[in-house]
Amino acid sequence: MSTLLTVKDLRVQFPTRTGVVDAVRGVSFTLGRERLGIVGESGSGKSQTGRAIMGLTPPHAKITAETLNFDGIDLLKVSAAERRSLRGNRIAMILQDPKYSLNPVMSIGRQIVETLRTHERVSKSEARKRALDMLAAVQIRDPERVFDLHPHEVSGGMGQRAMIAMMLITGPELLIADEPTSALDVTVQLDVLAILDNLVRDRGMGLIFISHDLRLVSSFCDRVIVMYAGHIVEEIAAKDLHNAKHPYTQGLLNCMPKIGADTHPLPVLDRKPEWAA
Amino acid sequence: MTTSPAKALVVDKLEVTFDRFRALRGVSLDVMPGESFGLVGESGSGKSTLLRAVAGLAPTSGGSITVNGKLLDKKRTKAFYREVQMVFQDPYGSLHPRQTVDRLLLEPLAVHGFTDIEKRILRALDEVGLGSSFRFRYSHQLSGGQRQRVAIARALILEPSILLLDEPTSALDASVQAEVLNLLEQIRRDRKLTFLMVSHDLAVVTHMCDRLMVMQSGAEVERLSAADLAARKVTQAYTRNLLVASEGFVRPGAPAA
Repeated sequence: MSTLLTVKDLRVQFPTRTGVVDAVRGVSFTLGRERLGIVGESGSGKSQTGRAIMGLTPPHAKITAETLNFDGIDLLKVSAAERRSLRGNRIAMILQDPKYSLNPVMSIGRQIVETLRTHERVSKSEARKRALDMLAAVQIRDPERVFDLHPHEVSGGMGQRAMIAMMLITGPELLIADEPTSALDVTVQLDVLAILDNLVRDRGMGLIFISHDLRLVSSFCDRVIVMYAGHIVEEIAAKDLHNAKHPYTQGLLNCMPKIGADTHPLPVLDRKPEWAA
Repeated sequence: MTTSPAKALVVDKLEVTFDRFRALRGVSLDVMPGESFGLVGESGSGKSTLLRAVAGLAPTSGGSITVNGKLLDKKRTKAFYREVQMVFQDPYGSLHPRQTVDRLLLEPLAVHGFTDIEKRILRALDEVGLGSSFRFRYSHQLSGGQRQRVAIARALILEPSILLLDEPTSALDASVQAEVLNLLEQIRRDRKLTFLMVSHDLAVVTHMCDRLMVMQSGAEVERLSAADLAARKVTQAYTRNLLVASEGFVRPGAPAA
């Protein structure tokens, strides 16, 4: 399996009035054309890891890494312009809530066309046609109608499909999905995941799936990285998740209520300071 | 349906219409005192609207609501809010950003003319496991789980008998969710409270509730006990779909694990 992304000893630090906050503290992993899950609680650094790869970390933060290599390109050394040409083109990111991450005053179709024409020289009519095809590919039933709608006129599931369409129209090789289904209903969640799954498989993309839902990630991804306090506590094949060794991973698995399991009270995480070490 | 005083909450053929949209289409349910009743459904199914209609936050256009044997008017009385309190979904949005925890807890006491304020605030904080050191903090200085604890303390401070819970844990991490669910269960046991709880998560509802109702587009799909759901004894296809969806993603063509 060819390696698409190599991350070695990635660190993200935020200087604040009360001292430096280490959001990510030495994360290392490699990604091929596969589905990798990153799981952790809020504040574990999972989103900041994704944002650092994407190049969306706020400018005042400090990023260091031994290696941050995407397909032979050193992401920490390239110019901002080169980074911009990668972002949205070869590396794309799906955000959590379509209500906030789509432009509210622009029609869905125009936003998709804008993404495409930023990265490729195509005529307006060609761009429109490709946007409509892409909307159809994410299983929107009436692409012509949805093309002219604004984000507030569509449901959450439809908005998230539109965002996936926008991110995939340039044919990226690496897709970072940061909680792509957390704002959606369970039934819609599965539809969106099925679309992602098909597209990732058909196009041979690498996918980083960031989520706090261990159950969902383990059923969707090939490999799972569990993060706690900015570093990786465990890396495990998704199918072996129930044999997870680290007490934190086990704690995350056990604290979810399960249908049919009668555990009162629910086991809670007993956070040990040595996990953060 | 009889309005026997034994029932804590009776909702009979309730209708809610926003402009021309019928958000609730004749929904009925009854909850016994000390029982925990769950409402499940996807967004737009009317589950939150039902809760808000009971609390007086949504306009009803038909049907009736009876709380502890008393038929409710359009206008809710102060006495009603002594009996019924609500905890909202988003702890980031439901606490006043410029008021300290102390002020947040004081307000309901002042509205209802309590005099032993000091004692009640300390007891309420203690009950939700926050301790008095949290009393003079602002909500932005608290984590999501701590905020939801404050929201629960605010609801409990008037000693209601019925608590309306609108997705109380869906904005929280799984580990924090477990803590808050445990807290709610303990409070219900200690105070013999009646819960009416809304969630989109079947697992949470079966964990917390004895009976539940599945809703879709403003109407009841099915009413069943948590035990029946756990044993997969469901009659409606819609409920079965929800059950399958709650198991996680299944790759088409892949053998079921």
